[in-house]
Amino acid sequence: MALLDYFLRKKEKQVTTASKAKERLQIIVAHERNNRNKQPDYLPQLTEDILVVLRKYIHVSDESFSINLDNKDGDLNVLELNIELHDEPTSTD
Amino acid sequence: MARIIVVTSGKGGVGKTTSSAAIGLGLALKGHKVVLIDFDIGLRNLDLIMGCERRVVYDFVNVINGEATLNQALIKDKRVSSLSILPASQTRDKDALNKENVGKVLEELGKTYDYIICDSPAGIEAGAMMALYYADEAIVTTNPEVSSVRDSDRILGMLASRSRRAEQGLEPIKEHLLLTRYSPKRVEEGEMLSVEDVKDILSIPLLGVIPESQAVLKASNAGEPVILDTESDAGKAYQDVVDRLLGDTVEFRFLTAEKKGIFSRMFGG
Ligand SMILES: Nc1ncnc2c1ncn2[C@@H]1O[C@H](COP(=O)(O)OP(=O)(O)OP(=O)(O)O)[C@@H](O)[C@H]1O
Ligand SMILES: [Mg+2]
Repeated sequence: MALLDYFLRKKEKQVTTASKAKERLQIIVAHERNNRNKQPDYLPQLTEDILVVLRKYIHVSDESFSINLDNKDGDLNVLELNIELHDEPTSTD
Repeated sequence: MARIIVVTSGKGGVGKTTSSAAIGLGLALKGHKVVLIDFDIGLRNLDLIMGCERRVVYDFVNVINGEATLNQALIKDKRVSSLSILPASQTRDKDALNKENVGKVLEELGKTYDYIICDSPAGIEAGAMMALYYADEAIVTTNPEVSSVRDSDRILGMLASRSRRAEQGLEPIKEHLLLTRYSPKRVEEGEMLSVEDVKDILSIPLLGVIPESQAVLKASNAGEPVILDTESDAGKAYQDVVDRLLGDTVEFRFLTAEKKGIFSRMFGG
């Protein structure tokens, strides 16, 4: 088998799967970076403001809150809020 | 000021714990005070790789909850006295860690240690976020394989946006690429992404290339970090990584396949 592999491999060399992998990665990584960098300037302030409002009513820790603006292939932008609710009572001061 | 270094990856099983153990021990052998922290809450593996699993009494979460002091929880390495390990808890709630309490522990450790190495859990969720949040430097551990490279890029995104340094507008986290489980032979055969390919895609400075090596499994079986196996190529490659972290310029090794004789090539091996 090893002998056969040795000769077969010589032929296959031209079609490298590694170069295909590289090409695919370059495309997907560029795409994802582009999306990451598209976060608008107002997002940090919006996040702060939303948290202030939420905290008037419920307890939300930094860890249980996330906000994301995603670009779903093309022109569709989705603002995604994720708030984990714990059932402790509210502390309004 | 302690250097806080996170060993991170996104994708699981790429060699973070192996690398944390080797690099931590290597730095300590060079005379630095090092603490290794296992952030993989719920799993706990670093103690096994370091060979101190039977000496774990208290863990990171005990310290966070005030059930033990840091000194009670830290395990002193038997080989190098300047190295300590802070084990992860095995059973407890993953949400025990938060920015505030982790920050306090790191601050306390920073008074004693020169290097704080944080072994991150896999993923890009809260656990991995906690491990990287306070980092000054990140060792982005990557296998030459599509999903690992893509996940590493996501982690780079998190380092740049979700870390303390990013949030406070400080100098960004210093990023290092550590390519592990590298097989020069397969690269030469066109089956595996090369060092250059991965560098091109991620565009961060290369810290090291660790070859795929049987020595790694042997090392984990024995609980002796592979850097102690000074004869092995993986051990040598990790030593080079340590030297580079300490500022030396070291040439990269193990990037090309050993040339085998025609005989062994034809008959396998
Ligand atoms: N250079 C290498 N050569 C061969 N095997 C390796 C190498 N590096 C790591 N491994 C093996 O890969 C497996 C995963 O390694 P390790 O536990 O260090 O990864 P990890 O990134 O910490 O995983 P997790 O994401 O689960 O925490 C182990 O079985 C280890 O022995
Ligand atoms: Mg691990």
